[in-house]
Amino acid sequence: MNATPFVLQLLNALAALLLLLSFAMLAQRRVVTLVNLLALQGGILCAATLLLAWRTGEANLYVSAALTFSLKVCLLPWLLHRMIRRFGVYWDTDTLLNIPGTMLIGLVVVVFSFGLAQPITALASTATRSAVGIAVAVILLAFLTMITRRKAMSQVVGFLSMENGLFFGAMSATYGMPMIVEMGVALDVLVAMLVLGVFLFKIREQFDSLDLDHLSPTDEEP
Amino acid sequence: MAFYLLVATPFAGTLLFALFGSHARAAEINVVFSAVTFVAACALGAEVMSVGTLTLLHEQFCVDPFNAFLAVLTSFVGLTTAVYSRPYMRIEARRRQMSHASLRLYHAMYQLFVATMLIALTTNNLGLLWVAMEAATLSTVLLVTLYQTPASLAAGWKYFILCGVGIAQALFGTILLYIAAEKVLGAQGVSALLWTHLYAVKGQLEPRVLSLAFVFLLVGYGTKIGLAPLHNWLPDAHAEGPTPISAVLSGLLLNVAVYAVVRCKMLVAGALHTAWPSQMLMAFGMLSVVVGAGCLWRQREAKRLFAYSSIEHMGIITFAFGMGGPIANFAALLHLTAHSLTKSAIYFAVGTAAQKSGSSLLERIRGLVTVSPLLGWGLIVGALAILGTPPFGVFASEFLIFNTAIRDQPWATPILGLSLLVAFAAVIARVQPMVFGDTTARRLEPVPAAFPLVLHLGLALVLGVCIPPYGVAWYEAAAALIGGSP
Repeated sequence: MNATPFVLQLLNALAALLLLLSFAMLAQRRVVTLVNLLALQGGILCAATLLLAWRTGEANLYVSAALTFSLKVCLLPWLLHRMIRRFGVYWDTDTLLNIPGTMLIGLVVVVFSFGLAQPITALASTATRSAVGIAVAVILLAFLTMITRRKAMSQVVGFLSMENGLFFGAMSATYGMPMIVEMGVALDVLVAMLVLGVFLFKIREQFDSLDLDHLSPTDEEP
Repeated sequence: MAFYLLVATPFAGTLLFALFGSHARAAEINVVFSAVTFVAACALGAEVMSVGTLTLLHEQFCVDPFNAFLAVLTSFVGLTTAVYSRPYMRIEARRRQMSHASLRLYHAMYQLFVATMLIALTTNNLGLLWVAMEAATLSTVLLVTLYQTPASLAAGWKYFILCGVGIAQALFGTILLYIAAEKVLGAQGVSALLWTHLYAVKGQLEPRVLSLAFVFLLVGYGTKIGLAPLHNWLPDAHAEGPTPISAVLSGLLLNVAVYAVVRCKMLVAGALHTAWPSQMLMAFGMLSVVVGAGCLWRQREAKRLFAYSSIEHMGIITFAFGMGGPIANFAALLHLTAHSLTKSAIYFAVGTAAQKSGSSLLERIRGLVTVSPLLGWGLIVGALAILGTPPFGVFASEFLIFNTAIRDQPWATPILGLSLLVAFAAVIARVQPMVFGDTTARRLEPVPAAFPLVLHLGLALVLGVCIPPYGVAWYEAAAALIGGSP
């Protein structure tokens, strides 16, 4: 461990920050802050990608970092903030579990993720492979966020955080996916956000609220 | 050449409709575009059958008998549904006073949906497959909510978020596959996600990572197939949208998701030399059959009833692919085709009936034979066909699947048999009064778009009575490919 170069130490620190942010998102009830945390997570992902690009000299990673920056740090948070202002969703207090309970489950999830990542870490030959466990943890924590929230907006933030975790995992285990795939995924995410905007608009038109409880299962309707 | 036409036509259609989709002749133009796509798919299929597997565009696309066959099926149902959609949407647009923007969205997204499905089918790049699958979901989400009723918004949201989460699992699975492949194929990003390359080196891939990848891929794409217990979104999405969309969602999108899972299974089963990927497919499939058949009893709405029947049939297909072997694969492909044709025919009939009676609630649709003999008989024949009554295609494939199951997986036969009986009783009990019950409704003459209904049922009959030799050769080639023989 004492021979770990400075860049790698920095990368590991960034990875730890990502995980910390995931926990912060799990506990956060203010939607505006939630989006800010998501943007911060995107920023850290971008910094980690840049650092790795500089270290390995992979041109692909520079492109990927640029993509992350423009999409996940600038465009998507801006879109989400606009939606929040327009639809007036500021709080998501009514969750399925209280904060300490969610946190405890989160801890278990992290331990489980490191177990899950074991074979991947063993296989990968990249210098950053130890971060794969963190990536899996970010993915699963985002999943947990989505499950415990009721508001459409927080569920979507959870979804985007999951996307961040996926990209971080791909980056730390293989120095990034093929460019064409990354582009495609980015395009899909962007389109998904536009679809979301249309959705929120329609839901509000119909119910005057963005609480998903209105969208009760249609099974019971006549 | 045929391939480029196949992919470019629906994309061109999307662009055109994005601008002029509310034109008075948009529905006719939609049919023309779909017809060109179908002709291109047939040409491509004929080419593949004569010269063998094709790889195109730096190996990013690969067409073999398996996906060429699905491309033909997809574009065919795409065409007939476009024909059906013309009069159906005209009436809906008048009744619901749909805006020009809605009609533009409808036509543009219809073409985009076909385009993304064709790309998902023909691509050789597993990453691109994921992108196309997600795009296919996104293009239909807004179509499910086209009518803007509360129920359709709820259905659309469920579809959006559940399939989004599901497909994120599949992306993780794809990344894991890439990690395993990069180790063997090296060469940063060029060939490590190309299916043909992966398949060539499948024996050298790290088994533990590959198993993990398969679990995520199966759960991810399985959500899109509607395998229980991940099927929650499916009945809502299929029931709340316009009927042509229900027909293509049930008849086509599910096939594409099955295709993705089967491709992954081919890879992983070949690499692991163990039976558990097959066992997982069988378990998921069997559970879906049981859940789908069980839920049929509780349905009070026609389109939801047949959506649950789709879950059941996807379960049967997944189970058959899980059993593997030339006969089961053959039967699964046959079932895929027969289900697509029959289920979309049923949706055509149910959609028209619901439009006529103003509601798709089961108790509101009565006495279809008096309203319109063609519609009534079409629905009852379609229902019998989908339930596996001879002499239709579903009977032939279910018979083959049963035979293989008795030989290879005897534990499954009683469950399968019982579920099919339950499904039979449930569907017939609901369809019978719909068709033969008393009604005061006026006669409907002539039935709009009766041609697709009759054509689909006719083809399903042909599949059950005697498959043309050319078709048999095609099925056999595809089944051999899935089975792993060259």
